[in-house]
Amino acid sequence: MPPVATFGPLLALLASAAFFASQSDRFFTGQNLSLILQQVMVVGVMAIGQTLIILTAGIDLSCGMVMALGSMVMTRSAVDVGMNPYLAITCGLLACIAFGFLNGALITYVRLPPFIVTLGTLNIAFAITQIYSESQTVSGLPPALLFFGTTFRIGQTAVTYGTMLMLAMYFATWFLLRETSPGRHIYAIGNSPEAARLMAIPARRLLISVYTIAGLIYGIAALLLVARTGVGDPQAGQTDNLDSITAVVLGGTSLFGGRGMVLGTMIGALIVGVFRNGLTLMGIPSVYQILITGILVILAVTTDQLSRRGQ
Amino acid sequence: MKSALRSLLCVFACSASVAPAQGIVVGLITKTDTNPFFVKMKEGAVDAAKAKGARLMTAAGKFDGDNASQVTAIENMVSGGARAILITPSDSKAIVPAIKKARDAGVIVIALDTPTDPQSATDALFATDNFKAGVLIGRYARAALAGKAARVATLDLAPGITVGRLRHDGFLQGFGIKEHDASIVCSQDTKGDQAKGQMAMENCLQKAPDINVVYTINEPAAAGAYQALRSAGKEKAAVIVSVDGGCAGVRNVKAGIIAATSQQYPLKMASLGVEAGVEYARTGKRIAGYVDTGVTLISDKAMAGVDSRDTTFGLEACWGTK
Repeated sequence: MPPVATFGPLLALLASAAFFASQSDRFFTGQNLSLILQQVMVVGVMAIGQTLIILTAGIDLSCGMVMALGSMVMTRSAVDVGMNPYLAITCGLLACIAFGFLNGALITYVRLPPFIVTLGTLNIAFAITQIYSESQTVSGLPPALLFFGTTFRIGQTAVTYGTMLMLAMYFATWFLLRETSPGRHIYAIGNSPEAARLMAIPARRLLISVYTIAGLIYGIAALLLVARTGVGDPQAGQTDNLDSITAVVLGGTSLFGGRGMVLGTMIGALIVGVFRNGLTLMGIPSVYQILITGILVILAVTTDQLSRRGQ
Repeated sequence: MKSALRSLLCVFACSASVAPAQGIVVGLITKTDTNPFFVKMKEGAVDAAKAKGARLMTAAGKFDGDNASQVTAIENMVSGGARAILITPSDSKAIVPAIKKARDAGVIVIALDTPTDPQSATDALFATDNFKAGVLIGRYARAALAGKAARVATLDLAPGITVGRLRHDGFLQGFGIKEHDASIVCSQDTKGDQAKGQMAMENCLQKAPDINVVYTINEPAAAGAYQALRSAGKEKAAVIVSVDGGCAGVRNVKAGIIAATSQQYPLKMASLGVEAGVEYARTGKRIAGYVDTGVTLISDKAMAGVDSRDTTFGLEACWGTK
């Protein structure tokens, strides 16, 4: 891989951080940096699942809605049904895993394109969320559901447990993709399904596992979302599919599959978070953050395309 | 881009101007930044901040109902040193924990236009008295009927939203009837949308062709209702009343499409909010409770016994593109 695709995202992150540090003396404080991590943790975790899927040359439009469904199952089970909170969390995770499995099964066994399948399940998950929750926000959650939103101190800085979970998940995924054979096979499927078949990689089983694991990851994102906002919000997650794809692309992963690094996705998510936070601190309206994100996405995809042609 | 440039220039130039409120930062968070109502609100905040020499941070959700973006904005503003945050909550209930954290950090939080649930989650609420807005147009519609038997259609917002409930109930009280009165022949939800308002009115006319009073939740819904009435050739037969006082709505009053509308004042909500925020930052004095930002009945056909102002006044005070 050419160096610009590997280090481009990191350079962009460092440059933007340096710029905002020069503009606001409040930017480069431990508390503010911890805050940025907290703000990207939901989309950041979701983007891990999205990265795995995009590496196989797939895409998942349903992730935000599946997460919203998971969060409503967790909060309603715990508050309205009065279930043990850990059992409620498990139910929410299972709902997300079921949707991931459904996506994977339709894609591998019915051989439908991932874009269409997940467009369908996006709507299904949204509708079920609204019907199940009666579009009502759930509050008054038990402490177990809020754990990942609580903080511990590193020096003067309060850091949430959710942030630590996100970082741990990124490094675990990075390790698994690099060092294990299923991890390498994910790249192989995305690069060339034909070659993967000749190498006797069990493509169907691997693909279905990727979508199912992605479902579990969205379930964890749901738990983080609940912990972060302190409520079950049926309107949540509506733009998170595009936000997670944005993080993946900004991180240098190719939308055509087979190329990219999951740690790049974390950097991509952080770039969006840094701009959102930095521009707010400078007093610049949030719409400019959207404008800049758009420009960065185009830049990232251009870099990917140019480096591809160069090969 | 202008404000971005201004902020960049500010780094070099602002330290030179010594205003009394120097260093005071106030945040404004709206539901979206595309709705003219919120554009006007922001204008009020920008002007008031300039007058007081305070710095304004602004943010908005990506769509109506986008709680996550509002939570993020509150956190960023607290981190950026805001002493006061003004917010129109997208989700009255879901935003409460984030507001609590900000208040625990010593920030005064004022809700504009829409209360939180519970209302006591914020220090204060600066908003239109939506019940009164409904009462005014209810009285007007009753007078406009001049003793004829009423056949009422209500084009409402959506279930469970306080603003819609208050305006609807206010209208009924002003009109002098109770919910489920026999004269209410049709009630439909429109989400305040013109296309949905038109569809709702078309369906209502199918049900009751002789409707002569149309209560609408806002002016886009009223414009939709007028379209439906005109297609049926009944635009002269019904009195349409509404709430908002946006410039497009007031022009429709002038054109005779809407008979009367209750005008509200988003600019005032924001400017009073900024002033209260600066006051708190300077003196520590917390404003508390509900502040009514006023409502005025706008109509070009005044009715005896109902106070109203004409559209010349309405267009002066309206929000949106004049």
